[in-house]
Amino acid sequence: MSKSRIFITVVFIALLATPIAYKRVVAHRQALLIANHQAAALSTYGFVLRECANASGIDFEHQAPKLDSKLDPIMQQIASMGAAVSVVDFDRDGWADFYVTSSGEHARNALYRNMHDGTFRDVAEEVGLADINSPETGVSMGAVWGDYDNDGYDDVLIYKWGKPELYHNDGGKHFSRVTDAAALPAWVNANTAIWFDYDHDGKLDLFLGGYYPEDVDLWHLKTTKIMPESFEYAQNGGRKYLFHNLGNGRFEEVSEKLGIDSRRWALAAVAADFRDTGYPDLFIANDYGVSELYLNENGKHFRAAGKESGVGYAPKSGMTASVGDVLNQGRYGIFVSNISEEGVLVQGNNLWMPQPAASANRIQFENVANAMGVELGGWAFGAQFGDLNNDGFLDLYQVNGNVSLDPDRSYWYDYSKVAGGNRAIIADAANWPPLKGRSLSGFQQKRVWINDGAGQFKEVAQLVGVTDRFDGRSVALADFSNTGALDVVVANQKGPVLLYKNRVDPRNKWIEFNLIGRASNRSAIGADVRVFWNGQQQRQEVSGGSGFCAQNQRRLHFGLGRTSRIDRVEIRWPSGCRQTITSPELDRIHSIEEPQ
Amino acid sequence: MSSPADTVAAPLKRPPLNPFARFISGDNRYLPPILITLILLVGNLSFGLLESFSRTALAIATSMVLEIAFTLLLYRKFPHLASAYITGISVGILIRSPAFWPYALCSAIAITSKYVIRWRGRHLWNPSNFAISAMLLLVPEYVATLMIQWGNTIWPMLIIWVLGAIIVYRVKRFHITATYVVCFVIFSFVRTFFTGHSFLAEVAPITGPMYQLFIFFMLTDPKTTVSPRWGQCLVAALVAVAEMILRLAENVHAPYYALSIVGPLALAVEIYVKGKRKTSLQSLRPASA
Repeated sequence: MSKSRIFITVVFIALLATPIAYKRVVAHRQALLIANHQAAALSTYGFVLRECANASGIDFEHQAPKLDSKLDPIMQQIASMGAAVSVVDFDRDGWADFYVTSSGEHARNALYRNMHDGTFRDVAEEVGLADINSPETGVSMGAVWGDYDNDGYDDVLIYKWGKPELYHNDGGKHFSRVTDAAALPAWVNANTAIWFDYDHDGKLDLFLGGYYPEDVDLWHLKTTKIMPESFEYAQNGGRKYLFHNLGNGRFEEVSEKLGIDSRRWALAAVAADFRDTGYPDLFIANDYGVSELYLNENGKHFRAAGKESGVGYAPKSGMTASVGDVLNQGRYGIFVSNISEEGVLVQGNNLWMPQPAASANRIQFENVANAMGVELGGWAFGAQFGDLNNDGFLDLYQVNGNVSLDPDRSYWYDYSKVAGGNRAIIADAANWPPLKGRSLSGFQQKRVWINDGAGQFKEVAQLVGVTDRFDGRSVALADFSNTGALDVVVANQKGPVLLYKNRVDPRNKWIEFNLIGRASNRSAIGADVRVFWNGQQQRQEVSGGSGFCAQNQRRLHFGLGRTSRIDRVEIRWPSGCRQTITSPELDRIHSIEEPQ
Repeated sequence: MSSPADTVAAPLKRPPLNPFARFISGDNRYLPPILITLILLVGNLSFGLLESFSRTALAIATSMVLEIAFTLLLYRKFPHLASAYITGISVGILIRSPAFWPYALCSAIAITSKYVIRWRGRHLWNPSNFAISAMLLLVPEYVATLMIQWGNTIWPMLIIWVLGAIIVYRVKRFHITATYVVCFVIFSFVRTFFTGHSFLAEVAPITGPMYQLFIFFMLTDPKTTVSPRWGQCLVAALVAVAEMILRLAENVHAPYYALSIVGPLALAVEIYVKGKRKTSLQSLRPASA
């Protein structure tokens, strides 16, 4: 054999050996890390999470619906959503409560009131928010809170595969159903809704995104041709609704009039002012297709800008939409979770970061998920940004796992067989092979990515105590103990609600802002806050819903690292009013009312 | 994949062709690369089928650079790059990964394998088939293969079927594709008795773009198929049989593995038989002399 051929043979062997060696090194390092650092997570990463739902009085278990028997062979795959969590201080006692949904036809939803001592009590029955699910009106998929009538108490929209329901909060003591007066549609198979004041008239408007088409009653199917027409290019999903708040509890549907006309399969939406125009733009993460970005043109119109901005080009399976100023540059990135299954479908998550040259007319995003290390998250669902260790940079908590049944048998082969088929095949549920107790990306390890502030995230879930393997759907962050630590609530499909209490290194400082609108909507949703300290800034916006079927606490939480002071805080209220606060006190919650 | 035009024998004397006829002639080694590029461009501009142009460009560049380097190193001549281009572009289309490095690594493995895994002067595996199979076995957490449709209408599929059929017909390998497709459809029907699934569910994969590239550009690779026409049809049928067995074992990557098992075996048998014949002929000659 010639020397040249020997050389090429050696290169060939090296090429084959490199990935094996790389994987071994990575696995070895990870094992060492777990062995060495699990006990020292607090000192190493600045926080440690401990699951304590049962000890806190939370014993909620999600139930899935039983849909039309024509779907029996793939029932677990179809009925794989509906576990949702949203945080609210419904009684205005200054302590965050939370609402969780179930999706069994007669299952009860729960509203956990914070008892101020680390425990919670379900008061849904007492206040009238438990009995929501029924075969006639459909079952819950999620809930979002916002004070639509500006009376000071957060009201709730419960969206369903069925009739969306609006409940008015009567002084934190009871909820009254006001759906009919609000003129909400009779049936929407919705998987996302958010409150936002798109036209800055001081009243919260509502976006509602359909998944299955609204003429599909999943309990009484006329046809089995209800599935997406393509795995990544489907446009036969549910329509989108934009309800303009007219006041007096009435809403007008204006989506088409304002330029939102889509039938993609929406799973998540988030509103934020990506271009610094003062008006919230709307981002929608769609399953079976590309994401959509609607740019808000002064509250008068929305312009579809998915392709021109770069987010609407490569189709994936968008499941969550979360916004965060990842690099402390005063610009929002958008995290969209997708599917990654070894060897079968590696879509990878997207972390869309805006390019520096953004302007009111033009914004472009680049997907940096790979470069920043948040790309592979399994069959990912909900995710939220939040500074879990108060080091001054936003971290990312992501849940995952689709259908966990028999751990030893996978449905992926049959799933991929049909998913790659032509429209005529994939769109008919009758063509989908039966699940027969097999798992589809089940029992997955969650992801907790901590942000080093220099463009890299590090996955530390196992190291900081997140070890559950439930089918996670919805995740929300809130400081339930008012101590400056963001706790985590997770709603699992056909599984328990988990509460991860966060213990944070006390040397890291924090500050929280509870904003109350006056000229703006009372919930202050859309208020934009920039905190300046140590030559850097972090920007956050009060949100009316983010992640997957979730809502974080509305109060804004900023971790600050080991600083001794903040230079200033700039608030831009939705009304346009600007406010600056100089050197606010650290390690405390500030309640700030919009200036007159 | 290699260019199907690689094996086209030197043409017999025939009247000169007009430029278009020359372009679509089987002698045009640029025809397959041009058509596969067209498919890629149409697919990506219409449906964004690629992870990104840059990843595909990386796969192509890696493939071509290594082809040049190895040919210069071994044969001291500059290679015709059509084959390497097709290998690169095929990797760029068929591999799905959000990262860049799998595209380079896969192309590198593909080209290198051509020069290393050889027997009696021929490489046994279709380079891109070997490399994709290797990637799926070695780094499944970073790599998948194209499994979804290009768009949700029938048109992209029809365009690719027509373009593909033209190419393989022009390079006289349509019988391989046809045999495989017929076998796949028959075996899809057979599988329904084992799985209990509908015929449409079983036949669904072949309607996807991955199969379209597989049957037109990978299965027909002249460098790694046997010589006689009947043998090519037999091997295509055997690939379909192997695939059916793998599918019954619920293997997601059945077509790649089936080809990577059957293809080299068939080729090895042919090389062995040819060698035997040659040896017998040589041993007969002195005797008859």
